[in-house]
Order: sequence, then structure tokens, then C-alpha cells
Amino acid sequence: MTQAQLQETANIPALSEEPGIRKWQDYFTFNTDHKVIGIQYLVTTFIFYCIGGVLADLVRTELRTPEVDFVTPEVYNSLFTLHATIMIFLWIVPAGAGFANFLIPLMIGAKDMAFPRLNAVAFWMIPPSGLLLIASLVVGDAPDAGWTSYPPLSLVTGQVGEGIWIMSVLLLGTSSILGAINFLVTLLRMRIPGMGFNQMPLFCWAMFATSALTLVSTPVLAAGLILLAFDLLAGTTFFNPTGGGDPVVYQHMFWFYSHPAVYIMILPFFGAISEVIPVHSRKPVFGYKAIAYSSLAISFLGLIVWAHHMFTSGIPGWLRMFFMITTMIIAVPTGIKIFSWLATMWGGKIRLNSAMLFAMGFVGTFVIGGISGVMLAAVPFDIHVHDTYFVVAHLHYVLFGGSVLGIYAAIYHWFPKMTGRMLNEFWGKVHFGLTIVGLNMTFLPMHKLGMMGMNRRVAQYDPKFTFLNEICTIGAYILAVSTFPFIFNAIWSWLYGEKAGNNPWRALTLEWMTTSPPAIENFDKTPVLATGPYDYGLEKAKEGVPLSDPDPVLSAGPNSVLRAEPDPAVAANPEDRK
Amino acid sequence: MKIPSSIWTLLIGIVLTLVSLWYGQNHGLLPTAASDEAVLVDGLFNTMMVVSTGIFLLVEGILIYSAIRYRKRSGDNEDGPPVEGNVPLEILWTAIPAIIVIGISVYSFDVYNEIGGFDPHAIHEAPITGQSMSMSMPGAAFAKRAGTALAATLNDTPPSTEPNLNQEKSDEAMQDPATAAVRNADQIPQKRNAPGVGVVSPTIGPSPENVGKPAQLLVNVTGLQYAWLFTYPDSGITTGEMHVPIGREVQINMTANDVIHAFWVPEFRLKQDAIPGRQSEIRFTPRTAGDYTLICAELCGPYHGAMRTQVVVETPEAFDKWVQEQLVASREEPLSQAVAVNPTNLSPDEFLAPYTKDMGIQPETLNQVQTAHHH
Repeated sequence: MTQAQLQETANIPALSEEPGIRKWQDYFTFNTDHKVIGIQYLVTTFIFYCIGGVLADLVRTELRTPEVDFVTPEVYNSLFTLHATIMIFLWIVPAGAGFANFLIPLMIGAKDMAFPRLNAVAFWMIPPSGLLLIASLVVGDAPDAGWTSYPPLSLVTGQVGEGIWIMSVLLLGTSSILGAINFLVTLLRMRIPGMGFNQMPLFCWAMFATSALTLVSTPVLAAGLILLAFDLLAGTTFFNPTGGGDPVVYQHMFWFYSHPAVYIMILPFFGAISEVIPVHSRKPVFGYKAIAYSSLAISFLGLIVWAHHMFTSGIPGWLRMFFMITTMIIAVPTGIKIFSWLATMWGGKIRLNSAMLFAMGFVGTFVIGGISGVMLAAVPFDIHVHDTYFVVAHLHYVLFGGSVLGIYAAIYHWFPKMTGRMLNEFWGKVHFGLTIVGLNMTFLPMHKLGMMGMNRRVAQYDPKFTFLNEICTIGAYILAVSTFPFIFNAIWSWLYGEKAGNNPWRALTLEWMTTSPPAIENFDKTPVLATGPYDYGLEKAKEGVPLSDPDPVLSAGPNSVLRAEPDPAVAANPEDRK
Repeated sequence: MKIPSSIWTLLIGIVLTLVSLWYGQNHGLLPTAASDEAVLVDGLFNTMMVVSTGIFLLVEGILIYSAIRYRKRSGDNEDGPPVEGNVPLEILWTAIPAIIVIGISVYSFDVYNEIGGFDPHAIHEAPITGQSMSMSMPGAAFAKRAGTALAATLNDTPPSTEPNLNQEKSDEAMQDPATAAVRNADQIPQKRNAPGVGVVSPTIGPSPENVGKPAQLLVNVTGLQYAWLFTYPDSGITTGEMHVPIGREVQINMTANDVIHAFWVPEFRLKQDAIPGRQSEIRFTPRTAGDYTLICAELCGPYHGAMRTQVVVETPEAFDKWVQEQLVASREEPLSQAVAVNPTNLSPDEFLAPYTKDMGIQPETLNQVQTAHHH
């Protein structure tokens, strides 16, 4: 079946009217449909994002003044520990898995993931571990040794909170290992015939690289945490120096996962951005293979850079040089991606809708995080700024300016597919504007704070830094406000939004060749590829008649996706309807 | 008149370069450079800043230009040109970042060498003494702690003829009674070095011209929740704020009594973790007089933010005067009696008596340990 025929069968009313199980209750069951699980992931993680965001604003409120006057120092430490843990383990990492769950089977023409039940198990580990973590805050003994939980500090702070933290992170790590196995097997075994690796959408490539990385690195964190739990609860001294243990070994084990984790957090959204930019620029992605293989390069190099987090702890001098070089080299594949995206936009017909704006915001802010990352790799400079607000600024430019903007771009792009309705563009743009202003206002001044001498994880600081902290705090409040238009937009549009049709962006990847939202088991019959994922502007894709054509031909042509829009109530290209 | 695009590219390139060069020198993002090392680090940072500014302006420029120039006009539903790639261009933009990072790596390597990051011979310098051998027996320190039988089997490296560098440095520092009074080295076993990529004492050593020479001033720094303690073995002073003279190379030996701390003076651009069970060293040369803040940079507990103290960089004369004042002040304290005793004349158990008594260890136990060790 060609994409064209597929599109037509997708339009058969019996399928499109009520595409299978789509009662709201389904989202609260142990459902094994990858689309339900994907949305469960996304909604759950977004709730945790809001909780993590509230914690961040409490942290920033404390930092408005140089004195400790809002919360006690113990509570302050718990706030930033939980903020980081939630944002990393309960928002960005699983949000990537959420998109992958929803998109991978659709993109490769599969009916579901390779292991649907395992998929459900992976998801259902997340809510309990999240609740566990938040419960620690309620019972009054929250973890407060930072999300890195370095011993010996983590062994001398509250035992209950630390134990809960270890348990929770272990569960979340297990969840992501299970997810990674599932993505790998699905990508390797379930592509439709005719889709080689080089015909896969770039998001699939990115998830392939991410899953491989997860599978190699996460078990090491689990091992480290189990040993830490022994130290904490059973009195062993693997990491406890008073019994001859070595705290630096913990740092190695922790960062062997946690640096790759940064790539686990950013690679899926590199993939998402590679989908969003060509569609909304109406151009083939520039350098498909370069983008695809650079994901693999990042995944591999990501495994050999961890010790740059330890330049100031206990590693030999020459080893610092080794890790400096590997860390710097990662900038090369990352640079390839950025330049390829720019070249994709260059000369295109860019639709500046919310998805595209967030994608461009991603490129523009991520590059700042990338540049400061190269600076941090340079050992002499890293020695100066390690453990300061410069690092805080860098990681937020990567993880907020990168991952979170990537998540938003992906949501605006795939929301029509997930729900069958469009998000409101006006509120989308308000959301974008507030986010960009808030993000830069919060994190840009932190570069200077760090270099001038403000260390991180402190509740009190030198009064000379008050002004810049004030700006950061106001920025953080703007960021908090920026989520409201999005939340209301998402809820309202899901219920009452403009109907999207099956392919509102006229995209060419397979997920757009079925109903929105897709029926159970996705495709009526196994799809057959007629075009590559990004053949915009090519002859075979040009055969399609423009939307304004008064007499759309519904049969021939591989890209009849473009023609199958007879219903004016359905927004084919919302901008054109206005 | 239409200006050709190559001229435009050239002009934009020149402007971009000039702006980057200017901003790289005038960013005002760093505090005073108060040590010789800081000047070198600043040079590296300024260079990176020039390159970064260029890349930043280039990327943001292309983004904004594309958003304006190539945005979809209303009514235009055509696709853009199907450009799928351009191999020479892709090679170019792979090669340029690669060359840039190699350049920055080489520069960083050079600065790192200049500030004394490489000190490959440090491991062989410390002499092996009978006393340090006996003190490196971990049994004495382990004996008191619960659950240590398991710990000992898990953590002991096999007997080795290699010296235990951490133990030697710790012993050396503990020769100073003032340091011994503030450190708990007897309670925390020192990590044994492993060959190759093993445990090391983290170091920023002497700058290349000072290799092989001892530092002109030695300060033992001890980090504990939430204070820094400074002891000066040359003069026996103990203080809570650090004074250092301009132009004399200072060596800091540090460790921590409880959790990991990190010694950071932003104006020196130097940072080093102080890790319990390890002895870290940094050497630097102060150059600009002033009062600076020493900050603990590694999360060490709720009052981590309050773990700050003053570092006073002053002229050698002012420094010597300060030392004299401190000596006069400390003479009124009982510590002066300890200073009068030369610890090298004592047997190990005599020397350890004040500490072993607190731990409930009898001299006989120590002797047994020693005997067992020799067999």
C-alpha cells in the first residue's frame, strides 16, 4: 500500500470518526497501546515538570536576597535536590521516552512496540517513584545532598530521605532501561519492508542512539546507587572514607551515567527538531546522513567524557587532558547538526508557527549552552568555574534552552496527530515569547555570577551579587507564568480546538499517513514507502495539486496527501484558511 | 548598484571578526586576577570568548536572517528548493569546529602545563620512612569503627611495595603540632595510591620554572563543616583567615575532616576539592594585593553557603609582620608547649599517645600491629 492509498483508507469515516479506544478513562489503565502509553508518559512528566518548576521558583525566591530568609538552609537544600532530580529523572528523560513511544511505531509503520506489556511496565514505574520522591518532602526528611548525592555528605544527611532518593532513582533507571530495550528492538525488527536504516526518519535515528547509550550507561548508575545504599543502610564503606572507602569512585560511577544522561536528554529532541524544521521550512533536511550519523557519534563519544565533571576532584593530571580532548570533540558532531538545521532553513519557505518558533528557539539557545560547554571542557577554565553558577547557566541552556524548547516544539508539531485537534497559534506564540524572555533573563546573568565568584547550591551569598540574582528571580517568575498559556491552550484545544485533519502540516513521514488520532494498530494495512521522509520540493512530491485546487484529484500520485482535503472544516494548513 | 554577495560576505566577515575581537577583550566577566595563574587562565578565556562570540553571532544571525528573508509569503504553498546536501560545505563545517577545538585544546594544554597541572614525578619525591610505613597500617584506624571487618576486606589494596603517597603527605603535615591539633587524620585511613589510573593525590604543582624547588611558603588547609582552618608549619600559627605574600610561591596541602569541600578563591582562578582520606596540593603565586574571599565550592551541608573566609594578599613585609603578631598571640596559648617538642624524637606510640588515648587504643595494640606487619 502506498502512502497515497494509505491516506485514503485513513479517511474512511468508519475509522476516522472513532479511532478505537479513545475514552478518557483509557489513559488511567494499564493500557498496552503505544499511543496511550506515549500520552501517559507526556502528561505525567508534564505534571512533574510543573512540580519541579514550583520548586525552582521557591529556590529562586530564596535567592532574591543574599540572606537565608525564606526557608531554612536544610529545606533549601532539599528544594534544589528535588528540583534537579524531578526535572532530570521525571521530566526530560521520560518525556523523550513519551515521544518515542508515540512516534516510533507510527514512523516505521509498525502496529505497536515490540514488547507492549514491557512498555506499560516501564511507564507504570514512573508515577510511584515520583510520588515516593515527593512524599519525602511531605514527611519532612527530604534528600538534601544535591542530585549528585556525593558521599560522604549523602551518608551523613538524613537517612530516610537519602534512602527514598536512591530507591526512587533506581526505579526510574530501571524504567528507562526497559524503555530503551523496547525502542531498540522495535527499531531493529519492526520497520516495514523497504525501510532501511537510511530511510528512517531522523527522530528514529536519534532514539536509536539514545537507547543504546541508555542501555550502556544506566546500569553503572544503578550499581553505584546500590553500593551507596549499602553504605547508607548496612554500614559498609565502599564510599565512606572513615572506613577506607573512596568517595571519588562514586563520582566516577555516578558521572559514567550522568554525563551520558545529558545526551539521553538532548538527543531525542535533536531528533524531534530534525523533524520539525524540514516540514515547516518545506525543504528536505540538509545532510540527512550527517545528522543521522552524528547522533551515533554523540552517543559513542558521550560515554568517554564523564570525568570532565571531576577535573577538580581526584584524577591524575594527564587524565584531565584526555577527558578535555574527548569533551571538546563532542562539539564537532553537535556543530554538524546545528549547521545542517540552519542550511535546511536557508532558502526555504518558513512557516513561523509555534512549532517552528520553538524549534528555532531551540537552535538559538542551545548554541549558547554548546559554546559554554566547550569552555567548560578547557581544564584551566573549568577549574575556575566548576561548581559555580556558570555551570548552572550552561546546563540550563542545554536542558531548558535545548531539551525543554525541543519538547515544546515537538508538542506543537505532533499535538494534531495525538489529539486530532490543532493547538491555538496565538496562545502558542504568547507562550513562546514569554518562554524565550524568561529563559534568557533567568539563565544569562548566571554566567557572570559564576565567573565573578558565586558558587552553586548556596542559600546565602555575597551581597554584591544581589542585583543579578534579582534579575534571575524575576526571569524565573516569567518562566513560571509562561507555562499557563500552554496549559490552558493544551486543555482547551484538546477538547474544543480546531479539527486538524490527518496531515495538517503536509508532512511526508509515515505517522502523518494515518488518522489523527491514529486507530489501534495504527495502519489498516502495512504501508509501502513512496517518498523519503523529507522529499519536499522534489518532483515526486510536487505532483500533488496545491491546496487551492478547486477539483482535488483523490487517486493518483504518491503525495496525494496534499489533495485529500475536501473538508473545509478541517484545517489543512491553518494559516491559509485565515 | 547591486553589490555582489561575495563582497557582502567579506564585509560581514570583517565586521564579525572585529566585533568578536573587541568583545573577547572587553567582556568584563572576570574578577581581578590576583595570582600569576589567573593571568594565564584569563588569556585562555578571552581567546575562547573571541571564538564564541563569532560563532554565536553567526548562528543567531543566520537564524534571524532566515526567519525574515525566507518566511512564507501568504498564498505561497510551494515547497522550497530540494537541496539535500552539499559535501564540500559539510566537510568545511566539520573541519572548522574540529580545528577550533584542537586549537583550544592545545592552548588549554599549554596553560595547564604553565600553572603546574602536570607533575608526573610527584609520586616519587616523597621519601619512605619507617615511621610512615608503620603509620600506613590501616588496622589502627579501622579498629574502632563498627562493621569495619567487611570494609577492610573490601577496600584494602593488596600489600604493595609502592609508598602510600597520601599517607606520607598526611604524616608530613601532621608533624606540625598545630595541624595535628585541627586534623583528624588518625580517624580517616589515607587512600593508597594505585599505579596508573588509580587513586592519586590531586595536584596543581609548581609552574615549570619552579619544578624541583620547594615552595617558598607552606600552608596546611583543613576543611570541615563549615570552616577553613589554616596552619603554617614554618611558624606554627593556626588561623581562620589566610594571609599570603605577593610574589612568593605558596603551596597548600589540604584535606577534609568530614565531607568533601572545595577550596576556591575566584581571584586566583584555582579550585581543588579537599577530600577526606586524600591529600591534595595546589601551588600558586599571589600577585595583586587585596582581600579576597575563599569559598567552599563543593556542597558540604546546609550551611555550605556560609563556609567562606578571607584571603589577604599583602606585601612580603606586611606578611612577615602579620606572622610575628600571630606568634605573639599564640604564645599565650598552651599550644606553644606542643611546638617545643620535636615529634621526630618520639617513638610512634609516644607520638600517637594523645590521639590513641581518645580512641581507646593501648600502646600494646599498636606494637602488635607493628609486629604483625613486619612478619
